[in-house]
Amino acid sequence: MASAPDLASSRRTTPAWPAVVIPVALVAAWFATTSLSHVFLPHQLPSPWQVLVTAGELARGGELARHVGASVCRIGAGFALGAAVALLLGTLVGLSRTAERMLDPTLQVVRNVPSLAWVPFLLLWMGIDEAPKIALIAIGGFFPVYLNLVTGIRQTDRKLVEVGYVFGLTRFELVRRIILPSALPYLLVGLRIGLGQSWLFLVAAELIASTRGLGYLLIDGQSTARPDLMLVGILVLAGLGKLSDAVVRRIERRALRWTDGFDGLAGPEVRR
Amino acid sequence: MTAAIAADRIVKVFRHDVVLQALSLEVRPSEIACLIGPSGCGKSTLLRLIAGLERDHGGRLAIDGHEVTGPSRAVGFVFQEPRLLPWLTVHDNVAFGLPPDQRRTADERVAALLAQVQLPGAGDKLPRQLSGGMAQRAALARALAAEPRVLLLDEPFGAVDALTRMTLQDLMLAVWQRTRLTMLLVTHDLDEALYLSDRVFVMSGKPSVLADVIPVTLPRPRDRRAPELARLRIRLMDALQVQRS
Repeated sequence: MASAPDLASSRRTTPAWPAVVIPVALVAAWFATTSLSHVFLPHQLPSPWQVLVTAGELARGGELARHVGASVCRIGAGFALGAAVALLLGTLVGLSRTAERMLDPTLQVVRNVPSLAWVPFLLLWMGIDEAPKIALIAIGGFFPVYLNLVTGIRQTDRKLVEVGYVFGLTRFELVRRIILPSALPYLLVGLRIGLGQSWLFLVAAELIASTRGLGYLLIDGQSTARPDLMLVGILVLAGLGKLSDAVVRRIERRALRWTDGFDGLAGPEVRR
Repeated sequence: MTAAIAADRIVKVFRHDVVLQALSLEVRPSEIACLIGPSGCGKSTLLRLIAGLERDHGGRLAIDGHEVTGPSRAVGFVFQEPRLLPWLTVHDNVAFGLPPDQRRTADERVAALLAQVQLPGAGDKLPRQLSGGMAQRAALARALAAEPRVLLLDEPFGAVDALTRMTLQDLMLAVWQRTRLTMLLVTHDLDEALYLSDRVFVMSGKPSVLADVIPVTLPRPRDRRAPELARLRIRLMDALQVQRS
């Protein structure tokens, strides 16, 4: 007997299993090609079990926490700095044509400098301490936030701005009560992309000059020929990246309940 | 007696396109007046000029004797689309219109306004959850929240179905009964103009001047099928027909 589809709840109760199909298959393949059949030798690709053991050792010795702590602090400081400057300049450029003419061309030039090209200069300029790493991460986080915020502000519906005029809003109120809320969906996308970029730049910074952090763990694994260390680094980076993205997504979903966009076709929900 | 809205020889030119040519009209306090005319004749432009949303015109415009210099909370505006802020609930959208000193007691005021537009209990909904008619009611409540002296409405019921339109017209009249608010409404619906107005201003085609003023003296509540309205409708059609030939 076929039951009628429950339309009211179909949006919320999409099953969770589609999300784990691919990860489970990958781990199974990993297990099959290492522990079961030795398609890969341990010095090429260690088994899942070996990686777990290494991770356990690192965790017990407090080393893993030290690396994760260092990386998370750098991301926190760098992304906060980049996003804060982007909020300021993005709002300015979005609102004022004069600010746009003054700032935007320069920023677009800076944006087109490949990220890694900054590394030697930052090292020369700021030494090999935390400062150049944080600066690099800030540059990585800045542009997505800036670009999306400017676009969001410029996408504000003129008709809603007119509503603000009709109710006698001051310039400041107009920005706070109409323009910024309307730009919020763009801003949140910018924050998500910016945060992702920050992780990218973090690893770039840590690969080059550091004594701790997850990027250092990768380099350490390479120089001591220990792929298990590298895999621990990669897996932890993947987990942390996903976690930070999930946090922003959660904020996004809460803040954007009002939007009325396309939610994805019925079936496994892939977007959220 | 000072006119609630006074437009004196208004000229409006967009680039080299003369839209309004020395158009004059006066709306009396507590009067409901309609502006009707061929499409593109500048009805909406005139309304937007009165609201201070368009600038750079010739002639003089005054609300209660005060010259219009820009948008003002004394002049309410209901657009053709509801234009609710999509990120605010209906309650917060209505509260958006309240004068700053009333924000503290917003809940009571908003509840009263929602009751007045017959949307009780819809305060927690988001605009996207509303039908077109409900959204326009909320927009009306928001406009009333500002306690304007004059309410301008730009084809406010143009986008809803015929039955909802009649309900909203009666709602607007009920609001007027209670508040005696001066209202100026742009419409292209002859029956709407005659059913609602004390006077119907007929505009000529572009460049527009005032072509005719048709008083409707029938007491309210009016019967939509009243023969007097049918007679006036013929007169109104003639007035508009003349402009087309």
